[in-house]
Amino acid sequence: MPAVRGDGMRGLSVFISDIRNCKSKESEIKRINKELANIRSKFKGDRTLDGYQKKKYVCKLLFIFLLGHDIDFGHMEAVNLLSSNKYSEKQIGYLFISVLVNTNSDLIKLIIQSIKNDLQSRNPTHLNLAMQCIANIGSKEMAEAFGYDIPKLLVSGDTMDVVKQSAALCLLRLFRTSQEMIPSGEWTSRIIHLLNDQHMGVVTAATSLIDALVKKNPDEYKGCISLAVSRLSRIVTASYTDLQDYTYYFVPAPWLSVKLLRLLQNYSPPDDPGVRGRLNECLETILNKAQEAPKSKKVQHSNAKNAVLFEAISLIIHNDSEPNLLVRACNQLGQFLSNRETNLRYLALESMCLLATSEFSHEAVKKHQEVVILSMKMEKDVSVRQQAVDLLYAMCDKSNAEEIVQEMLNYLETADYSIREEMVLKVAILAEKYATDYTWYVDVILNLIRIAGDYVSEEVWYRVIQIVINRDDVQGYAAKTVFEALQAPACHENMVKVGGYILGEFGNLIAGDQRSSPLVQFQLLHSKYHLCSPMTRALLLSTYVKFVNLFPEIKHNIQEVFKQHSNLRSADAELQQRASEYLQLSVIASTDVLATVLEEMPAFPERESSILAVLKKKKPGRVPENEIREGRSPNPALATNHNDSIVSHAKPSAVSANASADLLGLSTPPANQPTAPSNTGMLVDVLGDMYGGQGGQAQQNSSFTAAQSYNPKKFVCKNNGVLFENDLVQIGVKSEFRQNLGRIALFHGNKTPFPLVNYETTVSSPGDLASKLVIQMKPMDSVLEAGAQKLQVLNGECVEDYIDAPSMNISFIYNNVPQKITIKLPLTINKFFEPTEMNGESFFARWKNLGGDKQRAQKIFKASPPMDLASARTKVMGFGMQLLDGIDPNPDNFVCAGIIHARAAQIGCLLRLEPNKQAQMYRLTVRSSKETVSQEICDLLADQFE
Amino acid sequence: MQFMLLFSRQGKLRLQKWYVAHPDKLKKKITRELITTILARKPKMCSFLEWKDVKIVYKRYASLYFCCAIEQDANELLTLEIIHRYVELLDKYFGSVCELDIIFNFEKAYFILDELLLGGEIQETSKKNVLKAIAAQDLLQEEETPQGFFEDHGLG
Repeated sequence: MPAVRGDGMRGLSVFISDIRNCKSKESEIKRINKELANIRSKFKGDRTLDGYQKKKYVCKLLFIFLLGHDIDFGHMEAVNLLSSNKYSEKQIGYLFISVLVNTNSDLIKLIIQSIKNDLQSRNPTHLNLAMQCIANIGSKEMAEAFGYDIPKLLVSGDTMDVVKQSAALCLLRLFRTSQEMIPSGEWTSRIIHLLNDQHMGVVTAATSLIDALVKKNPDEYKGCISLAVSRLSRIVTASYTDLQDYTYYFVPAPWLSVKLLRLLQNYSPPDDPGVRGRLNECLETILNKAQEAPKSKKVQHSNAKNAVLFEAISLIIHNDSEPNLLVRACNQLGQFLSNRETNLRYLALESMCLLATSEFSHEAVKKHQEVVILSMKMEKDVSVRQQAVDLLYAMCDKSNAEEIVQEMLNYLETADYSIREEMVLKVAILAEKYATDYTWYVDVILNLIRIAGDYVSEEVWYRVIQIVINRDDVQGYAAKTVFEALQAPACHENMVKVGGYILGEFGNLIAGDQRSSPLVQFQLLHSKYHLCSPMTRALLLSTYVKFVNLFPEIKHNIQEVFKQHSNLRSADAELQQRASEYLQLSVIASTDVLATVLEEMPAFPERESSILAVLKKKKPGRVPENEIREGRSPNPALATNHNDSIVSHAKPSAVSANASADLLGLSTPPANQPTAPSNTGMLVDVLGDMYGGQGGQAQQNSSFTAAQSYNPKKFVCKNNGVLFENDLVQIGVKSEFRQNLGRIALFHGNKTPFPLVNYETTVSSPGDLASKLVIQMKPMDSVLEAGAQKLQVLNGECVEDYIDAPSMNISFIYNNVPQKITIKLPLTINKFFEPTEMNGESFFARWKNLGGDKQRAQKIFKASPPMDLASARTKVMGFGMQLLDGIDPNPDNFVCAGIIHARAAQIGCLLRLEPNKQAQMYRLTVRSSKETVSQEICDLLADQFE
Repeated sequence: MQFMLLFSRQGKLRLQKWYVAHPDKLKKKITRELITTILARKPKMCSFLEWKDVKIVYKRYASLYFCCAIEQDANELLTLEIIHRYVELLDKYFGSVCELDIIFNFEKAYFILDELLLGGEIQETSKKNVLKAIAAQDLLQEEETPQGFFEDHGLG
């Protein structure tokens, strides 16, 4: 047993020895339980326990707790110790409480009372114990109880230095717990002036506090800048003997220096030229000192010195205003890159990442590229290699992208598993961002899949497909390259996915070559089919059906495959369904329909790269430093991401609930029903909305329950969906509008096992509507075969503004019974809106101009409960006008602008919808140059909410 | 600083100091994971690592690991020197400190740490001042503590 200093508690030492002598876990537990029983009985029975004994038992409990056992008693005894007038007993009491007490409400009151007494004590040692306890626990109750006393202690003239030190940090802890208790007003300047205190310990503690206060309220504490700079200046120019005990291994006051440099990073460079000059001198001095010979060989010396240096470099980077300092900093870090201390290499790589983002030092950082690449390859410690990868990513620009990407690809073959996924993302982002030649981009991504296929996340392969689809200059190359990559006997499943998708879209571009003829392409893909997961198989089935359109000559081979998988032999319901639907599609649909349905994917809308978003999510806060370059090397104009569509192609499993609903639907119509998804009515949706929109699902479901579903109101705010459905027919619609022209595709589906004869459609327009909205339409065949679906296209032209909408009358004979259906066509005037983007100023100017009685329309109406702003938003957005966010000071209000296109005129239109949540009422105001338009628009939209 | 842990090469926790409030369960989990992570690292490796949302700075002295979790913007090198300063203080106080000193006098190890760091921030960097404060505490204790017969004979 080692010697015990101070007051030994022998009982405690004996107990600790006993525990250490236990040979097994069991005997240790036995010994502990014995002790716990002993202490419990002492605390319960013996009322004459003196302070010393209490202290000793409390200490034993503490030891048992630290061994990892739970302690559920003794808290009260510890609290009792707090009021002992013996320091040693009080101290143990406080220790127990700070280690063991969570914010247990009953005790906390007692504890706070004891602390209060000690805070008022004249004895500084008691005072310090109390403050240590506050700083250790720092609960909300404490912030409330001591929010006034502690600041007073901190700035009062007669407080001892050591108490001030504790008070500063104590206040800091309470401030972190409860931000409201921020000393302000006269306190501010007194706290700031602690930076001038004689006592270095006080300044150090105060700087920590001020740093936190500044973060909350930078303006109020602005005065600290010049004081901090002066203080820093005095330290860096001091010789190491000046500061006596605050010099650490020949480095004057490293802790205070670092804190001051941190504090200054809360502000931009000082405005005052004098202060700014002095600060730059300090920074230069620190950089100069780094070049001096070390005053000691001890690692403590170099650590302390470099700690200050790194903090100074952080400040230089933060200020980002002195090119000279930035370049010097970069050179300094460059030296560290080959230092033998791993820690320094790690930190240098980390700091350089930040330097790479400054336009002043980016070029300087690039000079170290070779060393950094070596670090990535050679460092023994993966965390250092990781930093090197981060730095390469940050220093990458157009000039070095090919080399860096190549090096990263090379390294990826042997890279640690822990960093592969992130590296893959980084390579993908760099390749995309700096590609001038998209064949290079395609090569890089396919290499990624080849080298590290398991780590290529969905986002990465979605992305390459998006880019290939949006850039027709690379499609042929992509098709050729994936075709070659698929030749490998063992290729990664992700390669099959990309290959399948790309050949399905662009396989025709390489089909001229006998080596990659349609049949060869198909057989190559199908040779991988059985090795793949259901998700990939589903994707391949989609590819095959696309081949039916691209290569009619191999239709039969493909139909064979569909036949094989459309029955029970294919265990996966989704695959079975796809196979049978595609089979029917290929059998029944005419070439024209096939060409429409299986058309090439439309270009994806541009957005931020989806991969970048993933990387940001993975490493919040410390990712894409690779941003600064944007200005100089403009992001290649490439289209981005529309994840949903790709997902719907690739990810059927996500919607299996929906898929099973489809199967249910199949049981009603006869077996030779042409296309299974006809209960959505829209062939066009086979690859699109089928798995996507919520709306589609809701409709499908409703079609099983209601005998007839018809709600024309819904189509005011949307263009696609099932317009009408009953037991006999289903009418789907898909419409497009451009300027004053519209094209409406109606899909007439026969749900019965019998043909519908004398099938006739006519359009009727009330009043003079026929002249205002001209509609042309091809007549339909008079027979709609059992289970068939026929497309009918209507073209509409808006000649002048109108109200209401035309209807379609459909008549046919089913089972010798004549049937008649009238449906409103989704051709309301709002369809001819062109959304108009405008800023607040011009909006309000126009709004004011359209203030006349003849231009306004207003409606106040009750929300059909409950009011739901999210769905209101969807409706407003579907209405056709531009939703202008941020214009109305009330964020709940919707403000929109749009132009109605008619042949005769264009009519500008503004709209404001104000929800009143309390009253559950809406107020809708529409202003346009024409009264009838205002009124109609107002009615149409209001109708959506009633 | 968010917390400091001292543990042995065998993975036994010797001291824990938390500057942020966590439930006991979480503390145990963090401790367990971190000890495993650090013990698995090789000697020449970097003393810093990114771990969850904090930075870990650790250093081994003889059989003991000292490990601190610090905020993202804190200074790693100087954290190493906080550890070193603490070791120096323990060493000075106990006279060539060893793991056993910390086991048997854990309360002292806490008291010394509380003088050096308060609420996770450095309070007093002067070795002299900290030792003075600790000596004053010891003096107070010696004045207060009557060493009774039982205590002297290990029967307390």
